[in-house]
Amino acid sequence: MIVGKRKPLPEIIKAVEPYEKVLVLGCGECVTVCMAGGDKEARETALALSLARKKAGKPAEIESHTVERQCEFEYLESARKKIEAVDVVVSLACGVGVQTMNMHYQDMLTLPGLNTTFMGLPVRQGVWMENCIGCGDCVLGETLGICPIARCSKSMLNGPCGGSQYGKCEISKDVDCGWHLIYERLAKFNRLDVLAAVRPPKDWSTSHSGGPRKMVREDVTL
Amino acid sequence: MITGSNLEKVLKSGIFACTGELGPPKSAEGHKVEHHAEMLRGYVDAYNLTDNQTAIVRTSSIACGALLVRMGLDPIIQITCRDRNRIAIQSDVLGAVALGIKNILCLQGDHAKFGNEPTAKNVNDIDSMQLIRMLKNMRDEQVFSGGEKLEAPINIFIGAVENPFADPFEYRAYRLAKKVEAGVDFIQTQAIFDMDRFERWMEKVRELGIHKKVPILAGVIPMKSLGAARYMKNNVSGLIVPDELIDRLKAAPDKKEEGIKICVEAIQHLKTVEGVAGVHVMAVAWEEIVPEIVTRAGLYPRPKF
Ligand code: SF4
Ligand code: SF4
Repeated sequence: MIVGKRKPLPEIIKAVEPYEKVLVLGCGECVTVCMAGGDKEARETALALSLARKKAGKPAEIESHTVERQCEFEYLESARKKIEAVDVVVSLACGVGVQTMNMHYQDMLTLPGLNTTFMGLPVRQGVWMENCIGCGDCVLGETLGICPIARCSKSMLNGPCGGSQYGKCEISKDVDCGWHLIYERLAKFNRLDVLAAVRPPKDWSTSHSGGPRKMVREDVTL
Repeated sequence: MITGSNLEKVLKSGIFACTGELGPPKSAEGHKVEHHAEMLRGYVDAYNLTDNQTAIVRTSSIACGALLVRMGLDPIIQITCRDRNRIAIQSDVLGAVALGIKNILCLQGDHAKFGNEPTAKNVNDIDSMQLIRMLKNMRDEQVFSGGEKLEAPINIFIGAVENPFADPFEYRAYRLAKKVEAGVDFIQTQAIFDMDRFERWMEKVRELGIHKKVPILAGVIPMKSLGAARYMKNNVSGLIVPDELIDRLKAAPDKKEEGIKICVEAIQHLKTVEGVAGVHVMAVAWEEIVPEIVTRAGLYPRPKF
């Protein structure tokens, strides 16, 4: 899933300062699951904004609403009335949702109310971990299910580096060394031989480094 | 001979080698590097020039290497994967060779978060293993990483580092073997304080026969003060400083003298360890002590070719 974190309230307050009517728009998918931009957070944010504006002596009409999925045009239609009734939308969806809104409602400005942090999973209640950076050429098969690109701070293909100690990455005692985990996983499956080969430089052209990516599939286009 | 650098000559002669380390300044004052190099002249066979060590912006290692070449000394240029992609690294390697630099040491590089530009983007387009292989291919196959041919051959004596104090420990000797497989000509290790662990690592290195394939220079750092020792123990990633050493320093009336003694003893011991071809003395910010350490360790005078 996509994990996000709502922007600090003062930043959102400042962003909507010029506007009288604001819609805080949540999304029912990933950001609901990670408790950052779903219906509950949209309501809370709207309430907090409204209070802040009252306090500042510049009351505003602040509404909230949540669509099932902000990153597809068709789901945005159901909220048309609410969207067209305001001066600005603050989206609590990921960056994809914000852009989908701006593409679909070209005359309306949709501002981000959330920082999209990473693709990852909840390892336990309240803790999320990054797992994939969408490099476009997955090597999980060779590293037995642990990503060296996302989970090594230096995205090494021939790790672990000299900073790996006690299973932790040199950047922090709170971050596991991805390559230490890969090593243990290979050992468990009796596949330490995999480490012997010098893995060649990665082809980053399939990642964002190759420019904005677009996928066209003739078999499913209409 | 590959490049015939002084370092290569010493190593090939079988004489126990001794290299030093210089940290470029946070300014454009080349004379500072020259001054430190002058202090070490005659006491070491070659001089490492760090590449923005611990991610702190300093004069480039290649520029400083060029200054040393001008002084008739043999620099070992460090190149990390942190700040440059394969285009920039290959271009810098050509530039370094053009400036008369003969030894290049390949490193991964500390994460940028440790330095004075913690918000910088960490490049890591290639890793240290791939860097070694890339240099080897440029030299032996005359081919760039992308497959295009160099217009003319180049010569580089390729070095790399290995850290016996990193984990998983059981893998560290194999990782060294992998660096040899990637194409390295010499190795310098992380600084050794935990001699027992180093010896256990060397046992494995000998078992794998790696010491017969490449010369291994054992790293040492003289401890200047108790504070410096504690700092290395707690703040420098990839080091192990045993409590006994800290206690020994604590108990000593003259910390500096004790620091020198510990370092000299370490070198004397390393000379007896089978498979250790030399030492790499890292006394950055304490360069003036190198002649004394080298002399007391019985490594002076250095061979002349
Ligand atoms: S290898 Fe690439 S696609 Fe696979 S998990 Fe890692 S970043 Fe994602
Ligand atoms: S310590 Fe491990 S995760 Fe961190 S950079 Fe080194 S190999 Fe990668």
